[in-house]
Amino acid sequence: MCGEATGGILDFCTVYRFLDVFPGWLESIVVLDGLASWLAYALAGFFLAFLVINTVVMATALNTWFERRMLARFQARLGPNRWGPYGLLQPLADVAKLITKEDTVPDAADRPVFNIAPIAFLAPTLLVVAVIPFGENSFLGKLNVGILFIVGVTSLNTLAIFMGGWASRNKYAMLGAMRGVAMLISYEVPMALAITGVLLLGGSLALSSIVEAQQVPFLLVQPLGFLVFLAAASAEMSRTPFDQIEAESELGAGYHTEYSGMKFAIFQLAEFMAPIITALILVTLYLSGAKAVGPIPGQLMFVGKVVIVVFGMLWVRATWPRLRVDQIMGLAWKGLFGLALVNLFVVAIEVQVFRDLNGVVSTQELWVMAGINWMVTAGALVLFANILGQRKLRRPEPVPSPLANMSAEAD
Amino acid sequence: MTRALSGQELSRRVNEAFPGKASRFNDADVWIDTEALLDISRFLYETPDLDFQFLTSITAVDYIEYIELVYHLLSMRLNHSAILKTRCHTRDEPKVPSVVEVWRGADLQEREVWDLMGVHFEGHPNLKRILLWEEFPGHPLRKDFLG
Amino acid sequence: MTIRTEPVTINLGPQHPSTHGVFRLRVTLDGEVVLDVEPVLGYLHRGSEKLAETRSYVQVVTLTDRLDYTASMSNNLAYVRAVEKLAGIEVPERAQYIRVISAELQRIASHLMATGFLLNDLGAFATPLMYCFRERERILDLFEMLCGARITLSYMRPGGVFQDAPEDFWPALGFFLKDMPGYIDDLEGLITDNEIVLARTRDVGTLSAEMAINDSITGPILRASSVQWDLRRADPYEVYDRLEFDIPIGSVGDNFDRYLVRIQEMRQSVRIVEQCIRDIPDGPIRADTEYFMRPPEGDAYAAVEGPKGELGFYLVSDGGIAPYRCKIRAPSFINLTSLRDMVVGWKMGDLITTFGSIDVVMGEVDR
Repeated sequence: MCGEATGGILDFCTVYRFLDVFPGWLESIVVLDGLASWLAYALAGFFLAFLVINTVVMATALNTWFERRMLARFQARLGPNRWGPYGLLQPLADVAKLITKEDTVPDAADRPVFNIAPIAFLAPTLLVVAVIPFGENSFLGKLNVGILFIVGVTSLNTLAIFMGGWASRNKYAMLGAMRGVAMLISYEVPMALAITGVLLLGGSLALSSIVEAQQVPFLLVQPLGFLVFLAAASAEMSRTPFDQIEAESELGAGYHTEYSGMKFAIFQLAEFMAPIITALILVTLYLSGAKAVGPIPGQLMFVGKVVIVVFGMLWVRATWPRLRVDQIMGLAWKGLFGLALVNLFVVAIEVQVFRDLNGVVSTQELWVMAGINWMVTAGALVLFANILGQRKLRRPEPVPSPLANMSAEAD
Repeated sequence: MTRALSGQELSRRVNEAFPGKASRFNDADVWIDTEALLDISRFLYETPDLDFQFLTSITAVDYIEYIELVYHLLSMRLNHSAILKTRCHTRDEPKVPSVVEVWRGADLQEREVWDLMGVHFEGHPNLKRILLWEEFPGHPLRKDFLG
Repeated sequence: MTIRTEPVTINLGPQHPSTHGVFRLRVTLDGEVVLDVEPVLGYLHRGSEKLAETRSYVQVVTLTDRLDYTASMSNNLAYVRAVEKLAGIEVPERAQYIRVISAELQRIASHLMATGFLLNDLGAFATPLMYCFRERERILDLFEMLCGARITLSYMRPGGVFQDAPEDFWPALGFFLKDMPGYIDDLEGLITDNEIVLARTRDVGTLSAEMAINDSITGPILRASSVQWDLRRADPYEVYDRLEFDIPIGSVGDNFDRYLVRIQEMRQSVRIVEQCIRDIPDGPIRADTEYFMRPPEGDAYAAVEGPKGELGFYLVSDGGIAPYRCKIRAPSFINLTSLRDMVVGWKMGDLITTFGSIDVVMGEVDR
């Protein structure tokens, strides 16, 4: 699992090496026949997974506070500020409230499916964290098909949403779930295509190799891919302007209308975790992940970038209204799909032209690619806006209807 | 300024088209025969120099001996208004022709009058109670309704 | 291959985040497409018209507050005008100006709420709504200076208003009027050119001029359908004939036009109030009327251009101290007539926005 290299704070290998001592000591007492290193691996894995999952959950709790406070600032109000300093303990109060609530299950609901759905919703979100490199040596599983894993695992959410919506036996939930399935499956396509662009440049499916390949952050090299990914990812986590699945002004609460108590809390947890997870993936793929810059350790850079991305997505959420369901599908298939293809073709050609015999693209050439791609992006977006945009539609000047005449004086 | 058509003028016009149907009038109002309501409404709606295309409101007033329906009409093109009244002399399910086919704006208002005053509008496409529920006993705006 | 589909009937409401009160829409959907809509009303029915028959003419003012609870001033104004017409009361000029000022402020407040909730229905996460409420709050503060109440005002009386505006009301009003155009610009910057707002509201829920008139639609919805009809100009009451203002109209009659008309009307209202402050004379603020007035036998109908449309009161007097009959012509209620035509064939999301753009207040619909 670990090479010789060490470095940085929060190096997972240090943990592993530390725990490696323990089985050695154990072996001196009992004969384990080579099970020792396996035991150390399991122990370290368990410990680290515990650590990471709890960190993510705590970060989610903080994120709920952050979102509510920031949304409040956007909306010219204060937000939760009573419980703890700056209302920081508000998430605790929320959890206490949700846990103590009665857990109701509708009579007509399909109980097993109804109960599994929240877990099926949360699990894939957490699984994604397993392959994210938090630093040079900080990851739970160094999967050589990390991206494939992420794409596969995140699409499991769709199933969970459908399970929740279907099992509730509620028309609102059903509508939300139907919308959700249609939308999430559609947005998988542009997202996967955008990621393919990253793969071409990085030359690997492993996330750590992609981070290493980002001599120049891929955000600069392929801005179009970044935008497509950002839009598709926003849709995948169903936030405004794509929050069709919940659409509180239309469907009440969408697929989790019938959920209450702890199950609802799990849904909420997964939902507030989604921006963090998305930010993790985004930072890894496009913002050169946990790369140290000068004296600043990589992990710190990583966290900083994640916070910025989360804030950006929050900003969008606070400002924009929601698209209609057919407009969302239209955007996926008419807009993002095409843009992702453009990005993919351009990047593929550039990689073919610029790479050397070992298939590596040098930093200078990355900058050249960046220059070309920014122009392509600008052109593609202008074209896109002109084809699908609204402002080109001219409206007639208002002309008073002859049916009314306020100044008429009969006779 | 909206010109209020006087009762004399309106009754003269109505009587020209439907002799004897606009029996009474005063300075502001015209009382017409209940049976002729729909025809007169259509006449008022279609005649170009009357042009009452806008139905402002329908009201029912319970005067105990009779229930009076008040139609406030308006012509936006000519900016004049008129008040049309008609009386039902029975309290036991009074019947009035519905004017929904002339002014669709009468739809909800007639349902409201039916609901609260118990005037049955014949020819209304969907005459159900609107503010109260179907099983509600009586019609509360009548003077003999004791809540 | 054909797939057999079945329409689904869902009940939107009475408890639903975007029905603006306790209101139920029985919606038949084919997938996302609206096939049929039937409004079911009455959850907030309090029998205001019946209650009015047992109260004296002055007491009824408090009932009118609770009709359209976002626009109490306009309701007060419509009612007291009906009483004055019935009893033949002349209102002092200063009172008329104060009434116009408060009615126009109320129009701004009501339109702010309508706009905010429309955007909320569009799915904006409460941000425009909160901005609208911030501005509305200042208007409510002004009302509080006028009469001590913020929502249910009961400020007007037959024959005038209940008290003169305090000295510090006028500078406060001046500050507000100075800030308000900037607020509206902010709001427009946030909403009007937003690509998503345009995509969601343009050409959605269109209502033609002919249909609007035939359906007895009034107010901003009628004007959005390019019918230039405003009672303040067509049948001027109080001092509106001395004031200069435009009647904004829309071109197509869709949701976007309804939104734009409201925004422009707010600007015109600011203009009207500015002129009123300039012209207001000194003098008494209430005509000499008895508390238990006994208007002569007869009937009277008086209407004002409320924020939602033509708000009219039809009063019948039998010579007693209470109205014999008090009919309320509620614009929100009648504006619901054409809801079905506006939304059938559109998507579920459009149903919500169209309903939001009609701007109904259940207190007025159910009375």
